Amino acid sequence: MAVLTEEQTMLRDMAREWADNESPVTAFRKMRDAAPAALFDTAGWQSQVEMGWAGILIPEAQGGAGMDYVTLGSVLEQLGRTLTASPLAATSAAASAIMLGGSEAQKAEWLPKIATGEVIATLAIDEGPRFDPAKIAASVSGGKLSGAKEFVAEGDSAQLFVAAAVDGLYLVPGDAGVTRSTRHMVDFRSHAQVVFDNAPADKLEGVDLGAVTDRAAAATCAEMLGMAEAAFAQTNDYLKTRVQFGQVLASFQALQHRMAKMFTELELMRSAVEGALEAIDGGRPDVPQAVSVAKAVAGDTLKLVSSEMVQLHGGIGMTDEHDAGFYLKRARVLETMWGNSAWHRERFARLGGY
Amino acid sequence: MATAEIDAPVNALDAFRAQAREWLTENFDSALKGKDNSMSAVEGPNNDTPEQAKWKKAIGDKGWSVPTWPTEYGGGGLSRAEARVLQEEMARVGAWNPMGGSMGVMMFGPTLLEYGTEEQKREHIPPIVRGELRWCQGYSEPGAGSDLASLQMFAEDHGDHYVVNGQKTWTSGGQWADKCFALVRTDKSKKHEGITFLLIDMSSPGVEVKPIQLISGSSPFCETFFTDVKVPKGNRVGPEGQGWTIGKRLLQHERNSLGGGGSSAARLFAGTPLSALAKKYVGVDGEGRIADGELRTKIIRHEMDLRAFALTLKRIQLDAKSNSGPSAATSIMKNVGARIMQERSELLIEIRGMAGLGWEGEGFDEDALKDTRHWLFGKAVSIYGGSSEIQNNVIAKRILGMLDHQ
Repeated sequence: MAVLTEEQTMLRDMAREWADNESPVTAFRKMRDAAPAALFDTAGWQSQVEMGWAGILIPEAQGGAGMDYVTLGSVLEQLGRTLTASPLAATSAAASAIMLGGSEAQKAEWLPKIATGEVIATLAIDEGPRFDPAKIAASVSGGKLSGAKEFVAEGDSAQLFVAAAVDGLYLVPGDAGVTRSTRHMVDFRSHAQVVFDNAPADKLEGVDLGAVTDRAAAATCAEMLGMAEAAFAQTNDYLKTRVQFGQVLASFQALQHRMAKMFTELELMRSAVEGALEAIDGGRPDVPQAVSVAKAVAGDTLKLVSSEMVQLHGGIGMTDEHDAGFYLKRARVLETMWGNSAWHRERFARLGGY
Repeated sequence: MATAEIDAPVNALDAFRAQAREWLTENFDSALKGKDNSMSAVEGPNNDTPEQAKWKKAIGDKGWSVPTWPTEYGGGGLSRAEARVLQEEMARVGAWNPMGGSMGVMMFGPTLLEYGTEEQKREHIPPIVRGELRWCQGYSEPGAGSDLASLQMFAEDHGDHYVVNGQKTWTSGGQWADKCFALVRTDKSKKHEGITFLLIDMSSPGVEVKPIQLISGSSPFCETFFTDVKVPKGNRVGPEGQGWTIGKRLLQHERNSLGGGGSSAARLFAGTPLSALAKKYVGVDGEGRIADGELRTKIIRHEMDLRAFALTLKRIQLDAKSNSGPSAATSIMKNVGARIMQERSELLIEIRGMAGLGWEGEGFDEDALKDTRHWLFGKAVSIYGGSSEIQNNVIAKRILGMLDHQ
């Protein structure tokens, strides 16, 4: 990790301990089997809120901790390790949008509620199956937003949407004029269709959509980092115990070199992801490049590690009883969200003028 | 090197900065800026101009070529914080460290400081500090590459000296070196425990050096033959049979300098960007993109890889400063550095087409000819200093704790 302050280190270690002890993958499995309407672990979320995580980014004046993206990322990474089903990434990205573009009144109205977990907020941007912020048709007239948003993270439960319309971002409360349809996806998390029909909308002036989706992408990268590390560590442990031909699998050089290659990619992924989080916190002009490097590298690496997790576990990795499939399925969803690797490579080149 | 561990208080650092500035003003001629004559791990002939030689002597006599080495052996005796200040001040005026990349400074010196006797340190360290003597490495043999410990060159005990017979290969800069640190066998009945670390004078009778022609043309690598070469016992570092331990320690210094030196990554960021070169040779489409989509994607991937590598380098340096011990990421740097350098060379060839494959002479850009030779020589990067396969073994066994076949 980048050099963390004492406070950041404490929070990260607490998150790690909490995820390991209170929210292991078995908690995700329970949530999947119970399939609550919100499609996240509500009791777990309550604990996270009590620990102050919903307000990590939110200024102290509005009831938050006033910390930064490196801090949020270090917590999301721990949640990713155990596949904790939490709305933290979504609600934090939406809070960012309000912090970037909200008026004092909008901030005062929503940020304290997000910080206390009273409101779960989320971004509603895409209108199709692929991330394409240039293709938005939803529009606002007379203060009412209409349009259909697809695959909205935590869309089943969010009480506040930061929705993209042709002329910018709007705050839309999740009641009047909002219809949600659950989409059952491979990761068993919430990615609902949300249709706005003349829903009352309050404009966020002066915030750039790209700045918001970059923050959402960076948060997603942190979760991906935790997942990749855990998938890799579990695979490494398995290779040390599984015996075939009278040898543990870990002693076969063909497998050692595959693991060494994955370890190499993982270290680069960590650097790229931390680099993006730090670029955001530093207010650097190259945030888009840094985020694109992070999301492309993270996408490729998590794809490699999650696929190898199944392959190197062999038959047991194919069973629902084993966790490997959970990592594989969640991995593809996060790889796709906020632009897949190809999307970010394309943007990176365009930003570089080629 | 106890003093090097203690960071000086800030006001003392300011005083040191003033001192360093003053010394640089007196000793570094600003006309020299940009005329870097650094020694490197692969030694070349000495072609220093009188002005360069004067700077080399000044910094060598001051001991600031190795700022944190102890003063009793000619080093600078500075703390790490002071050394950083010195580095900043040198960068400010465009001064360089002529000895910074030499084999003596990067690899042999640190090892001798750790394992050498007082007498050996007094004899060998000061000339390294001043850049007066060039060292070469006698490790690999024709039959001992990746399996280095199978080396055969034999040192026979003759009382107060050894008589050495055998052959070393890939002796970088052997034809220009004054001295060689070598791994030799003193016991044929044991593999690792039969190896001893010896210092051999290259001007000794019986030493013969032949340069090796490589796929890239002439090279700094040599074959070195030893026939009945007398080496005094005082030139043995550590006890007999301890050479493997000492030799491996030296390899750690080598691998760190090959992958993580930082200068290599910085060099890759310098120069014409690949994208600009590709636009020139390949052209652009209606939207200003490189017209060859597949090439464009390769360039993007390469640039992203390079950024992740540079960020990793930064992370390792931060970890080192925060005293949390060397980061596990250090182990990946040689392989990633090699892959990035080689991919860049391959892309330079691909971008230029046939014009990127010229060997010499008329009709080719000078830059293109240089890049072509660099492409070929660069194939060595994933072979020397522990091949990529050996590095992967190291990662699997030491970092990931994967076991050997039983």
